[in-house]
Amino acid sequence: MPTATCLIRSCIVALILVSAVATAVAAPIQRRTLANGMTIIVKEDHRSPVAVSMVWYRAGSMDEVSGSTGVAHMLEHMMFKGTKKVPVGEFSRTIARAGGRENAFTSRDYTAYYEQLHKSRLPLALELEADRMVNLAFAEDEFARELKVVMEERRSRTDDDPHSQLNELLMATVYVSHPYRSPVVGWMNDLQNMQLADARGWYEAWYAPNNATLVVAGDIEPDEVFRLAENLFGPIPARALPRRKVQTEPRQFGIRRITVKAPAELPYLVMAYHAPVLRDVEGDWEPYALFVLNGILDGSDASRLNRELVRKSRVANSANSSYDLINRGPALFLLDGIPAEGKTVADVEAALRDQIRVLVEQGISDDEMRRVKAQVTAAQVYARDSVYFQAMRIGMLQTVGLPFDSSDRQVTKLQEVTADQVREVARRYLIDDNLTVAVLDPQPLPGGKRPQPNPEGSGRDQR
Amino acid sequence: MTSASVSLPKVLLVLACTVAASAANATLPIQHWQTTSGAAVLFVETHDLPMLDLAVDFPAGASRDAPNKSGAASLTLGLMRSGAAAFGEDEISERLASIGADMSGRFDMDRAGYALRTLSSARERDEALGLLAAVLQKPTFPQKIFEREQERTLAGLKEAETRPEVLADREFRQLLYGEHPYALRTSGVPETVANLRRDDLVEFYRRHFIAGDAVVSIIGDLSRSQAAAIAEQLTAGLSHRSETLQPLPPIVQIETAQTRRIGHPASQAHILIGQPGIKRLDPDYFALFLGNYVLGGGGFSSRLNAEIRQKRGYAYSAYSFFNPLELEGPFTIAVQTKREQAEEALKVAQETLARFVADGPTQQELDAAKQNIIGGFPLRIDSNKKIQDYLSIIGFYRLPLTYLDDFPAQIERITLEQLKEAWHRRVHPERMATVIVAGAQSR
Repeated sequence: MPTATCLIRSCIVALILVSAVATAVAAPIQRRTLANGMTIIVKEDHRSPVAVSMVWYRAGSMDEVSGSTGVAHMLEHMMFKGTKKVPVGEFSRTIARAGGRENAFTSRDYTAYYEQLHKSRLPLALELEADRMVNLAFAEDEFARELKVVMEERRSRTDDDPHSQLNELLMATVYVSHPYRSPVVGWMNDLQNMQLADARGWYEAWYAPNNATLVVAGDIEPDEVFRLAENLFGPIPARALPRRKVQTEPRQFGIRRITVKAPAELPYLVMAYHAPVLRDVEGDWEPYALFVLNGILDGSDASRLNRELVRKSRVANSANSSYDLINRGPALFLLDGIPAEGKTVADVEAALRDQIRVLVEQGISDDEMRRVKAQVTAAQVYARDSVYFQAMRIGMLQTVGLPFDSSDRQVTKLQEVTADQVREVARRYLIDDNLTVAVLDPQPLPGGKRPQPNPEGSGRDQR
Repeated sequence: MTSASVSLPKVLLVLACTVAASAANATLPIQHWQTTSGAAVLFVETHDLPMLDLAVDFPAGASRDAPNKSGAASLTLGLMRSGAAAFGEDEISERLASIGADMSGRFDMDRAGYALRTLSSARERDEALGLLAAVLQKPTFPQKIFEREQERTLAGLKEAETRPEVLADREFRQLLYGEHPYALRTSGVPETVANLRRDDLVEFYRRHFIAGDAVVSIIGDLSRSQAAAIAEQLTAGLSHRSETLQPLPPIVQIETAQTRRIGHPASQAHILIGQPGIKRLDPDYFALFLGNYVLGGGGFSSRLNAEIRQKRGYAYSAYSFFNPLELEGPFTIAVQTKREQAEEALKVAQETLARFVADGPTQQELDAAKQNIIGGFPLRIDSNKKIQDYLSIIGFYRLPLTYLDDFPAQIERITLEQLKEAWHRRVHPERMATVIVAGAQSR
């Protein structure tokens, strides 16, 4: 059954694992800053006659305030609803006629807009992006319809997906004060109360060149891109941005547990531990150690959780870990699992805890460390096969406040992680005082587990 | 875990596959030959990156399952990497991880195969290829692992059957294909999977993983002679044909409109409308594909999106697509909307389809569709991974090697009249299969 997430605007992006840039001779990444404060970054890749343009705004759901959740994402939708110069629908039609693809995504940390085209059509994309940075039209009827679309998006992504529901409540429990507690798409009640003025206010607050980064990657000449960017974005005046208040999640004292009931067959368990995030590429070591820890537990089929819980002890049908070290806000180290037939979420939780205990007590073999590092090295090469991914990584690093060209250094730092450091971060952070446990309690569908169709014979008039 | 990630939607992939291969021969010379064992090889040499993407595919997809053993095909493929030659399950995954290689199964109604991505340096490459050769040629299907995977599959299927989109798809395929193998579920159903035995997998493997049917598609940092040696290594130990692979029975078009409604507590209704669509090698392929861009394949430029989403705010997703297969794969219109307005959204979708088939696109819409598909062609072949997927399709469906070169011209030459005529003849709004899960009436 096809799902059409990103084809249909728009995507909510939460996390992308670290990554890595090329070891082999790749063209250097160039950056310039326009007089109005806008950052322009160019990455050459001449393998194919294509280009990708991405405009990143440093405004995501974490910049929202209570009662207005979802406005960052709603504005993203409005960005396709016409400007003073370009009528509604014309943006998409123009890019489509140029053979291009366009879309956008909103995360907790940022909102980004992209076009992929033949390299000769890059100026068209930049022209349209510069236009909608300042000229957005806010038609009341368009807003009203698009808000309904966003509510449908929320129903599809969250309300009808038991694992998403669980995750939404988990975030709202893990974070007591930090804005990561609210979903990117917004609470339904906030969507119901959202008004055109909210979206406009968001646009006026954050959509300014001094809060934006343009990343262009592909078969392009950097000087040409800088010249285009200067001409198109240069005239847009800088604006004072709202003051960003640093919000620090207060320390957690003691385990938290939550349950969500939803129609499903299998229970599901997630364990979330607060963990440090990468802030200083050179000085930090813990985030790198946590990244390697994640690889030891769940980097491949050879990793511990799959081998021990799914294959060996048969406690779980699936068992995973994840850790995102690149965020504007705080990070989590997550473990999750689905119990096998005859097992319970308590069994899975005990088995996951046992894996942490074993790792802390007995450490990690050289072979395991080597495997994780080999995968990091290979991923570094594979990442170069996608121009889109390269642009994505650069934009994300720049927008969260890390050096835009630091991927190589991050890979080097990952290679330097020792088994003892991995053990140490597990010992420090994967502790109960730091933990929230979320459980999906599956509910049978009304009328039995397997709904049967209700045939209505032939004939078209079924209303 | 958190929220969604950026990935190409399957819809787009289906489209990509159709436009897939073209234009490329000029820039991407495809080399083609047979191995001594009779396998077809397609190869593109490129040394830009020190890596290699390849796949070996067989006509061993879900449509090759016996109806009472539905799910055997999928489990067979999955278990091949869980023990092969002298390698145990752990050893295979540890060896792959230690060289940073990715080996993954690929499975649909027609095809089953393994794709491999590895660094091209000798140590990594040789190790990865040795493992893939063992998996393809000497899978051991350990009894214990079979039992474990059977149990996991059953659990997954039971979970899936609580999901509205899965219920909708299952019923939709039933309406479209009835007794035909294309109605089978890709991973089977609980009843059939529960009755499978290890021997069923061994037998399925023996009959379907045959050298002469294999398609090896390779792109990357290799010379032609290296590619030839690799293709030999991967196929030399495969069995040869002892019995003829039976062709799939022909598809029978739907005679009358049918509608099924299934109750579910979801907040959104899942609506599917469709009929058996087109074959991969189909004389109307280009006309139907091009027309679908206007109807529901062209994202925000399409009529379904305009009518259902942009004008009415009924849905986040509303689209249509053809999934061309060996035989007529499904033509599908899909809409998700809050259950209270399911009937209105259904009506708009039906009317949009009927109007499109009756009147066809405008000349302006046709021109815009051509501009997008032809102008956007470079994006479909801008990575090794994408090209490798197209090589595999060309090889598997025996498309002409000039398919890539010809594609833009094939699109360009379709006239408005030809397009209308093809849609009128092939798509029948008055006798569509329709499924609504979680519609207005029943919760």
